[in-house]
Amino acid sequence: MRLKYHPILRFERGKEVTIYFEGKPVKAYEGETIAMALHAAGVRVFDYSVNKNRPRGLFCAIGKCSSCLMIVNGVPNVRTCITLVEDGMRVERQKGRARLPAEAKPPEFREPKVVSADIVIIGGGPAGLMAAINAADAGAKVVLLDENPRLGGQLIKQTHKFFGKREQFAGVRGVEIARILEDEARKRENIEIFLETSAVGIFQDGEEKIVLGVRKNKELLEFRGRALVVATGAMERMIPFENNDLPGIYGAGAIQTLMNTYGVKPGDRVLIVGAGNVGLILAYQLIQAGVDVKAIVEAMPKVGGYFVHAAKVRRLGVPILTRHTILRAEGKERVERAVVAQLDDNWRLIPGTEKTFDVDVIALAVGLRPSIELLHQAGCQIKFVRELGGHVAVRDPWMETTVRGIFVAGDTAGIEEATTAMLEGKIAGIAAALRLGIANESWLKEIEKAQRDLDEFRSGPFGKHVAEGIRKLLAEVGGNA
Amino acid sequence: MPEIPKYLREGYIAPEELFKIIPKPSEERLRARPVAVPECPQEIPCAPCREICPTNAISMPTPNDLPVVDYDKCIGCSLCVQICPGLAFFMVHYVGDKARITMPHELLPLPERGEEVVLLNRVGEKVGRGRVVTVVPRERTKGDTPIITVEVPIELAWDVRAVRVVRE
Repeated sequence: MRLKYHPILRFERGKEVTIYFEGKPVKAYEGETIAMALHAAGVRVFDYSVNKNRPRGLFCAIGKCSSCLMIVNGVPNVRTCITLVEDGMRVERQKGRARLPAEAKPPEFREPKVVSADIVIIGGGPAGLMAAINAADAGAKVVLLDENPRLGGQLIKQTHKFFGKREQFAGVRGVEIARILEDEARKRENIEIFLETSAVGIFQDGEEKIVLGVRKNKELLEFRGRALVVATGAMERMIPFENNDLPGIYGAGAIQTLMNTYGVKPGDRVLIVGAGNVGLILAYQLIQAGVDVKAIVEAMPKVGGYFVHAAKVRRLGVPILTRHTILRAEGKERVERAVVAQLDDNWRLIPGTEKTFDVDVIALAVGLRPSIELLHQAGCQIKFVRELGGHVAVRDPWMETTVRGIFVAGDTAGIEEATTAMLEGKIAGIAAALRLGIANESWLKEIEKAQRDLDEFRSGPFGKHVAEGIRKLLAEVGGNA
Repeated sequence: MPEIPKYLREGYIAPEELFKIIPKPSEERLRARPVAVPECPQEIPCAPCREICPTNAISMPTPNDLPVVDYDKCIGCSLCVQICPGLAFFMVHYVGDKARITMPHELLPLPERGEEVVLLNRVGEKVGRGRVVTVVPRERTKGDTPIITVEVPIELAWDVRAVRVVRE
């Protein structure tokens, strides 16, 4: 079902087209992805698992988890969540390990198109966009790529107003920040943008770095630059419980993508797991989209996100069950019920406290982990830092990793906020331009200001643990905070 | 481990707990004109209310400090209610045996002026019915958030924090 009215968002849909799911026509709109169109048509099962033939559906909706792989126009393993619909497209469920069609020929990869710039930026979210804008203003020629069809990263699905200071877009909604940053990036002639383009590898060739990209699953591209900024964001965590792969169990971000980016109602009744900021904000956004939120369960004894986000949903009648966890999902081929139970102070289940919720969606908002695969492949030193959400690249105060010329920013550098991602992106973009001798010394002041803003933002109880995590990274390179 | 405040265990803050953290406006002040009361008891990095206040009535040395309103300086303009990203600012005004509560309302439908609505407390329970006396649509606020003022029985002044529009 598609949303028509929304208190914050206006949905502009493209031309109506028809795709064929298992041979049957499905209405879709240009500009939406295959997974969104199928979900709007009520399809939840996208594929069957390799080993146990279990039904699987959408999970992350941003191209990171491979839970939505389908056969599109005969080609298997297509990430339907980031692949746009085209009129007449044939889409089929993938069953087990898929094979390429017998007549398939390998693509001609011998001479890829070369795109040269001073700085190549991977990821068009708040960090990547700010890196691009600032590097461009400092005089660099920039190329920015993102595997999603739209710029803005996770900002494009945030209907809430951001925190921080007004010069950092506080009081402005995420969707609006995305629009502002995109406009700023697009109006700069020295920024070239490639969407629907996945970065698949980073290599060194003399003085140059090469980012190997694949556009629209077909075209091989070679991006060359003397510096890179990796701002590839994060991926949602999954937690173990019975039937946690049942279609209808989505990462919180996937639900936001469905309802806020594409205007598709994720379901009718939702249970949310996790009362951090993501879970709390999601609950409010679901209510805004007209979806019934049955409860939020949280294993910790308190709300983990900002209290004000909790108060917003409590006064609209959503219970927050602290010291509760999800035991299992139930249903045939899709979620029909969620069973939760209470935990004691030693994290043991309290027998007899099971509660069943009749829901068709279970939202997992149990944290994020940095997407560091490219940094790892490129040989950057990696360290496990709990406070930053897991494995991250060791970097200095200018966001430069241990591989000279490779910078990092945003959630990839450590799970935090869009506000800090933008500040880190600014630092990384300017620092890359300085390292290449493009920016003049006056830009140092801008880096220092962004560093002061970060310190101020992180000075409270919520930012302290992040600051501690960053200290651990800086200790590796002998730098100061 | 320090004891977890009740508001973080429950997800809402009762007036008794709130007024241990910030002062309650005096009866006299509440009758004079609307006064802004932030329900923002936790140190989070956020400062738009202080930045937008035209009379510098909100003190907050750094963005991670709590907003504290100087009720004598507050002129009841509602800009903080409009801008607050956490939707945590409310205005209260005692008028006769009623109280007028100004609050954000980011849901559909937006009530109309004069419309009777269901009053909800901080945990979403229906506590009565009240009349909407002012509606400022989103386009006309400074914070991209529609705000409404609803008249409630004065004894509910510190309970009502949301409304539900019920139409046949």
